[in-house]
Amino acid sequence: MNYIASIGSYFIMIKEVFKKPTKWSIMKTLILKEIDELVYGSMGIIIFISFFIGGVVSIQTALNITNPLIPRNLIGFATRQSVILEFAPTFTSIIMAGKVGSYITSSIGTMRVTEQIDALEIMGVNSLNYLVFPKIIAMLFYPFVIAIAMYVGIFGGWTAGVFGGFSSSADFVEGLQLDFIPFHVTYSFIKSIVFALIIATIPSFHGYYMKGGALEVGKASTTAFVWTSVVIIIINYILTQLLLG
Amino acid sequence: MIEVDDIHKSFGESHVLKGISSHFEKGKTNLIIGQSGSGKTVFLKCLLGLFTPDEGTISYDGKIYSELSASEQRNLRQEMGMVFQGSALFDSMTVEGNVMFPLGMFTKQSKSEMQDRVDFVLKRVNLVDANNKYPSEISGGMQKRVAIARAIVMNPKYLFCDEPNSGLDPKTAILIDNLIHEITQEYNITTVINTHDMNSVMEIGEKIIFLKNGLKEWEGSNKEIFKTDNEAVTDFVYSSELFKKVRQMYIEERN
Repeated sequence: MNYIASIGSYFIMIKEVFKKPTKWSIMKTLILKEIDELVYGSMGIIIFISFFIGGVVSIQTALNITNPLIPRNLIGFATRQSVILEFAPTFTSIIMAGKVGSYITSSIGTMRVTEQIDALEIMGVNSLNYLVFPKIIAMLFYPFVIAIAMYVGIFGGWTAGVFGGFSSSADFVEGLQLDFIPFHVTYSFIKSIVFALIIATIPSFHGYYMKGGALEVGKASTTAFVWTSVVIIIINYILTQLLLG
Repeated sequence: MIEVDDIHKSFGESHVLKGISSHFEKGKTNLIIGQSGSGKTVFLKCLLGLFTPDEGTISYDGKIYSELSASEQRNLRQEMGMVFQGSALFDSMTVEGNVMFPLGMFTKQSKSEMQDRVDFVLKRVNLVDANNKYPSEISGGMQKRVAIARAIVMNPKYLFCDEPNSGLDPKTAILIDNLIHEITQEYNITTVINTHDMNSVMEIGEKIIFLKNGLKEWEGSNKEIFKTDNEAVTDFVYSSELFKKVRQMYIEERN
């Protein structure tokens, strides 16, 4: 029953976020700040993870090709498919649910504990619009992060494949171009936009409606990460079935 | 003036406010006192519009809050200033940013006009050379001053303070009390202070409401509170040894 009530509260929150907008001159600054914090600030970890994940996919594929009849360009092909379809959009989103999600929950939760949200409400500010809307807009830039993750992941795969002696550069590049379906990139971007909205709103919900003190802020961050990850996994399944099934 | 008529508020099975009626006059510091759990904070949050009473009405200069539209309620809230127990300053903003926030949000003033207003109110609360400091870089007393400055920067009609001097040393607490009192009279504001600090009661309690178990037990001024025979009030007021001695001296003097 609690879960149903929480889901209802979540959608009511989403409705409130778009009510009574904050003055544009202030909102503009908030959006730029959130882009810096949530998107630009995550680039380092995303690039690092994507590079090594791409490399590992490449090595794993190469090590599993034992039959000499299987062409070596399969390494590039498998790396491209894995990175574009799953690792860049989904795996990266789980990482972002931890990094960005816990930041969102703890920052909003701390504002709740220290009565800063009450202060906003008493001033007549729509606190949900002020706090959550800029995060949603900032996260709309998330597909750019995913695009970079795809590029770096494939580059990581090429580096591991070529410099690890598993494939020649020509074979790898040939594999990358083999049976390429552009819609797979579109599918990946559609997923990343949906995941971005999940990453922006579920942690906000857990931070905004939290009760208690500093300890509860920590608990809310953990709960937010778990639920954001669960929802990402479920939505990933549904979108894959709908778009590729 | 704020008029409260028979307000009730429950949370599940817990009936916190059981029918409180009173009025808070303009230009006066009105104090709500009572033990922890007496319903002070819930009462204050009802006055602020953060909680909706289950029954009864609250009117602000004749406007009944519950009968206003959502936008009218928001407009009314812009006429309210609030000083929170923990100051509730925005951590990510400087002192100046905190005080300027309501101006930037709700007025069309130019940057220089806002700056002038901010400088004026910061000077009014005796806070100088702190404009560019962050809340974490200033003392508790200074944070309270910033909170007061933020609360009055929009020239509010109503000022609410939740335990404004908690966590402060007695000297700073008196300074904060006097500052609120001066501002109330200077700008003719209706001020409501939630406190359990007896020094505040004695210093600035022009009107005092004593709450007990969600009901108004007693009402009067700081002069009258000394003379009252209400047992619950005297138990609360004279709970400290210092005040017991003061009362004893008062009774001896009277006899």
